[in-house]
Amino acid sequence: MTVRIGVITFPGSLDDVDALRAAKVVGAEPVSLWHADADLRGVDAVIIPGGFSYGDYLRAGAIAAQAPVMRSVIDAARGGLPVLGICNGFQVLCEASLLPGALVRNAGLRFRCIDQQLTVERTSTVWTSRYRNEYDEVRPILIPLKHAEGRYVATELDLDALEAEDRVLFRYHGGNPNGSLRDIAGICSADGRIAGLMPHPEHAIDALTGPGTDGLGMFSSLMDSLIGIAS
Amino acid sequence: MARVAVDVVIKPEILDPQGKAIQAALARSGHAGVTEVRAGKHFELEVDGAVTDEELEQLAGSVLANPVIETWTVTRLADGEAR
Repeated sequence: MTVRIGVITFPGSLDDVDALRAAKVVGAEPVSLWHADADLRGVDAVIIPGGFSYGDYLRAGAIAAQAPVMRSVIDAARGGLPVLGICNGFQVLCEASLLPGALVRNAGLRFRCIDQQLTVERTSTVWTSRYRNEYDEVRPILIPLKHAEGRYVATELDLDALEAEDRVLFRYHGGNPNGSLRDIAGICSADGRIAGLMPHPEHAIDALTGPGTDGLGMFSSLMDSLIGIAS
Repeated sequence: MARVAVDVVIKPEILDPQGKAIQAALARSGHAGVTEVRAGKHFELEVDGAVTDEELEQLAGSVLANPVIETWTVTRLADGEAR
């Protein structure tokens, strides 16, 4: 079975090509999706990549959340289609209300560009199952991040609900780069199929160009799930 | 046609590092009496007669502002009111 992974390109997307490459590296057929086209071209999962869609006008991700392709993504996600938002993609998912909370200016006001350790808080999702190893251990992973607006905020009520429902997917480890509440780096829907994170797993799939290959696990996990390997 | 102003400000409970940086710059330039700054956005809309107050409130709270992090006010401007 061929797995088709769609990656959306908005005006101002930067990391769509790396996300398409990550899909190819794990054996999927990469499919380019266009912001102005509501057709999802029959893909089995959607990645909303990093960048500065619409120049971050209004708020990061706010205008992309209203794009024609997002209407289709919102409908499909509610029907169970796996959707991953990376960096600007995470901001888009929050602006589209597919995930709770918001991403605001980093507490230190600086653009952060570092290799960041993360703890994987939940491995029972289509995006993170590979991070539980054969010895039933979950180790911290190293993933690059690069953003100015990555400080995750939500109401105390929403934060408590996220924790109670096991929806915190990743936390910053060994230092919080942006002041995110409760060190949150990524969250997911209750069923784990809609996920968003600020760090960039698609930049950590090849030791030649990244700090390692820890990012591959997200794309391999998805493949396991889509081709029916029990996670 | 009418003119409408929408002002959007980050909620008091959300850290506003930009406002803090502006406040610090004011203090450095001799305005130590300014003890807090909250940065926000100001929009001016031209709307036709069909746009109701309810519609303005709805578009302000769903597009111009993000209710998770921001508060907003909608004000209809009188003709000739200074921008």
